[in-house]
Amino acid sequence: MSAPRTWKRPPFIERPLLRWGLITGGTIFLLLSIGTMEVNWERVAAGLPRAERFVASFFPPDFTSKSSDIWEGIVESLWMTVVSTIIGILLSIPVGLGAARNLSPRFVYLISRGILALSRTFPEIIIALFAVKLFGFGPFAGIIALSIGSIGFYGKLLAEDIEDMDPVQAEAVKATGASWFQWLNYSVQPQVMPRMIGLAMYRFDINFRESAVLGIVGAGGIGATLLTSFGRYEFSSSAAILLIIIGIVMAVEYSSGYIRKWIQ
Amino acid sequence: MLRLENLTKRYKTGDLALKDIDLEVPDGQVMALIGPSGAGKSTLIRCVNRLVEPTSGSVRLNDSEISSLGQNQLRKARRRMGMIFQEYALVERLSVMENVLSGRLGYVSFWRSYFRKFPQNDIDEAFRLLERVGLDHMADKRADELSGGQRQRVGICRALIQDPELLLIDEPTASLDPKTSRQIMRLICELCKERKLSAIINIHDVLLAQMFAERIVGLQLGEVVYDGPPGNLTADVLTTIYGEEDWEATIEKIDDEDDEDLDSVPTSADAVE
Repeated sequence: MSAPRTWKRPPFIERPLLRWGLITGGTIFLLLSIGTMEVNWERVAAGLPRAERFVASFFPPDFTSKSSDIWEGIVESLWMTVVSTIIGILLSIPVGLGAARNLSPRFVYLISRGILALSRTFPEIIIALFAVKLFGFGPFAGIIALSIGSIGFYGKLLAEDIEDMDPVQAEAVKATGASWFQWLNYSVQPQVMPRMIGLAMYRFDINFRESAVLGIVGAGGIGATLLTSFGRYEFSSSAAILLIIIGIVMAVEYSSGYIRKWIQ
Repeated sequence: MLRLENLTKRYKTGDLALKDIDLEVPDGQVMALIGPSGAGKSTLIRCVNRLVEPTSGSVRLNDSEISSLGQNQLRKARRRMGMIFQEYALVERLSVMENVLSGRLGYVSFWRSYFRKFPQNDIDEAFRLLERVGLDHMADKRADELSGGQRQRVGICRALIQDPELLLIDEPTASLDPKTSRQIMRLICELCKERKLSAIINIHDVLLAQMFAERIVGLQLGEVVYDGPPGNLTADVLTTIYGEEDWEATIEKIDDEDDEDLDSVPTSADAVE
């Protein structure tokens, strides 16, 4: 009688030495990092009641006393968001097409991927710091920063969506004798459109939130107003600003879902 | 007439998909290309319109040498070759009409196609073709709302509106049920006759190939191992093409099913409905 045949899923890493080396290495690293983390529990304990008072001072939110500042800041933020989202997406389309491996020759692919990587290297706030130094305080610096951030984000996702498209549909349109632009318009664009519209809405939402931060380095938007109110301990005004930001982000979120459904 | 000479295709991976193929398809001939998966059938028809670049050899359609054309000339040449695909390959998010009109892309300017302002002649022809295949009431439906057989008929319209001299057809019935497969094959053959088109049909189903094609070419590992009329396709021949199997049963069945099919489907016009 033969022994019962057993079966085990083959391990993800074939070589046992490498596998166990990685596992023990990872465990040691994790333990060491936990060990080096210093938590001063006394300070945590002292901070908790302060947090309570801090949160309490946000209430009730005060929309009225700084209403004109808040209004100006919000309008500037929205304006920066709209302009930078549009500019960013328009610029990211050629870069994204170039960065799709199935569309572009290797040379163009490498350059486009380079542009995308470069524009994602620095967070928007750091680009904004440079832009403020170059172009002075104000929303223009913020628009530059947000546009560059949008190119990296949107271009990369566009390229990846194009790489995932159904090649047969694209082949069929190519076989009709379509020119390159006709081919893009008839086979690539319909396939990537729904996702790209959703991502455009998402990028709009990111840009709006970023625009609230950029004010801190002087690049325009609601952030400056928010920072001022914090600096003057006018927490009820800060609370009002935060509530407005939350409201706008939620509005974008819901309309994005609605638009996507409609496009689908 | 389409003429392939010494056509060879070696993929980057080193696989030799086509070995020195010599083949001639006279005008108006419907030829079925059969052979096991991986024999090079798809590669062969894609080398004709250069969706796959041949490694060496020549492809001539009437008087023009396809294999040496530049990009622009190639686009013009592709207009003369309609292609019908396995799994239909319609652009699913475009409407039926847009899919059919995409067959005219090689003839209209970018901006005209971008704004969907096709010449009236093209639109008339699109409606005529859709009517011919019984789908004119579906023109504004999105392609993904259609059934398999309907989609393939849209695919046929897209190929025919190119006004081609040759049809390249890749497994037209691979994802269709037996009845729809017959209807689609019959439609393709009728349309070829009406328009005096020649066609290369890649097909897995030996029965269907025998029923509808005038000539059968068997491909095995990138080489032509059979070329002749459907009647001469004996069990021995099928064994050379596909390998050892009990072919007698398959061949006997041909006659039975052929008769049955003719009985149950009285006219081809009905079958298309």
